Amino acid sequence: MTEPLLVLDGLHKSFGALRATDNVSLDLAPASIHALIGPNGAGKSTLIAQIAGSLKPTAGTVRFLGQDITALSVPKRAQLGLGRTFQVSSLAMAFSALRNVMLAVQARQHATFRFWRPVRVDRSLIDPSMAQLERVGLKERAHLPVTALSHGERRQLELAVALALEPKVLLLDEPMAGLGGEDSLRMTEVLTGLRQDVAMLLVEHDMDAVFRLADKISVLVYGRVIASGSVEDIRASQEVRDAYLGE
Amino acid sequence: MLEMRRENLLNAGIALLLLAVPLVAWAIDETYYITVASRVAILALAGVGLNLALGFGGMVSFGHAAFFGLGGYAAGVLSHHAFEGSAFMSWPVMIDGSDSTLTLWFAALLLSGVVAAIIGAISLRTTGVYFIMITLAFAQMIYYLAISLPTYNGEDGLPLYLRSNLPGLDLSNDLTFFFVCYALLLLAIFLSVRIVGSRFGAALECARQNENRLSAIGIAPYPVKLTAFVLSAMITGLAGALFVELNGFVSPSILSWHLSGEIMIFVILGGVGRFYGPIVGAALFIVLETVIGGYTERWQLFLGVILLGVVLFARGGVIGLLAGKARHD
Ligand SMILES: Nc1ncnc2c1ncn2[C@@H]1O[C@H](COP(=O)(O)OP(=O)(O)OP(=O)(O)O)[C@@H](O)[C@H]1O
Ligand SMILES: [Mg+2]
Repeated sequence: MTEPLLVLDGLHKSFGALRATDNVSLDLAPASIHALIGPNGAGKSTLIAQIAGSLKPTAGTVRFLGQDITALSVPKRAQLGLGRTFQVSSLAMAFSALRNVMLAVQARQHATFRFWRPVRVDRSLIDPSMAQLERVGLKERAHLPVTALSHGERRQLELAVALALEPKVLLLDEPMAGLGGEDSLRMTEVLTGLRQDVAMLLVEHDMDAVFRLADKISVLVYGRVIASGSVEDIRASQEVRDAYLGE
Repeated sequence: MLEMRRENLLNAGIALLLLAVPLVAWAIDETYYITVASRVAILALAGVGLNLALGFGGMVSFGHAAFFGLGGYAAGVLSHHAFEGSAFMSWPVMIDGSDSTLTLWFAALLLSGVVAAIIGAISLRTTGVYFIMITLAFAQMIYYLAISLPTYNGEDGLPLYLRSNLPGLDLSNDLTFFFVCYALLLLAIFLSVRIVGSRFGAALECARQNENRLSAIGIAPYPVKLTAFVLSAMITGLAGALFVELNGFVSPSILSWHLSGEIMIFVILGGVGRFYGPIVGAALFIVLETVIGGYTERWQLFLGVILLGVVLFARGGVIGLLAGKARHD
């Protein structure tokens, strides 16, 4: 058994009296997809935010690649190889799709404090960025500003940006939300293709996608993990059906 | 693409017009307008500085008069000591006054840059209205410091009797002085274009649009913004040094919050985040002040109405009105 890439240990997060994360411990093995499912307001996004670093847990630790990163800032974690997409797209809206990805490539190269060469003609940024856009199916839309992209296209762009960081772990917060049938399939394919290189923590409501992609599923309800196991285990679990699948 | 060409043409027109005014004035012997053109160039330079922070970095500094004034005081105080033949300070290091233009510029850039690093380091911990207020507060502190300095005449300010020496050029000639200001203005715009188009500029513009995005890809917004803030202040500081030389006078008025507001007005009138906008803004301001100000002291009422119009109906300022929306490719 290889050591997990990401380990959450006893995470708690309270907003006043609300326990949004209640003693969550999970881990993510290399080359695997761990799906996190649960009803609206269960605390999935809150958990992602604590892993990415934009929220500080009330208690507990986050370990990444064997290192305790609980106190690290968002940019530091990203530099270590923790990529994420946001549930509500969060992009540089005035930039083109391409420029959004180029910025991630530049971040990956640790080369931001360069003041002279125009990025507009920088092949070392443009070429890898176009490759990522092609991968998610956005090549034709590369030069449009984000404001001109559809909701689904923005989700695809979020993924392209995250991939440009060449992360070791990807945190995906509902990447399929708002995608049409074809794009949703494409996204599933892209994620399947990535699995060997990038481990993923996948928050998703689309159960077809989850059952197709996940190696392991954890079910979060009221901030607590009520079940965790293989796809078959979760499908079979009466508790999960009652609490979430509603069958 | 077409819009890019239109903006480039417009920019060239603006630059040529500013160059033409003093040449015509010189040809028909109306030398007063040479000084007016120099004023426009210098104030535009201050605006170009602010535009880097405000227009491209989204940092609404209401304290840029601090940097303008510090640049002005650095130049003014050193040339005052040079004229008097006294030392600026003798302990812990000996610093003499100076009448060398390059030394004065260097002092202005250094002082405004260092102070901006301190003010920025603290102010950039805040955002929004708090950032506006804290930059204003710092500028006011420096203003009152200057007023209470008896060595340099406090509120009354210092007259400067001679312009400084720039090798090969005679700055006491008003047209030559204009050319120098104009060259620095275009240089600052050129630098802005390069910086904004660079990798650093991409990060800066992302910080303006969405800091969370920038953090999420592993670039900390704070150092990016701080660097831009310091560069912005240095450009405005250099403008202050030129302003003091133009007027032959340095006083705390160049540190006042009115001036911070005026520099912001140049940027907004011309078009926030438009490279040549500050020239249009400063020119419009000076024209209103000279023309309408000739009839009524209430010329600022007209300025207010125009500003209101721009803010409500033409967010891209005059440049945006004439050349369309700014585009990123
Ligand atoms: N910053 C905050 N302050 C206070 N309460 C918050 C905050 N963020 C989230 N919450 C609350 O924490 C709970 C969990 O929210 P979260 O967004 O993590 O749910 P989720 O599982 O992602 O839901 P969804 O499926 O709708 O995205 C909700 O009750 C929410 O209202
Ligand atoms: Mg959520």
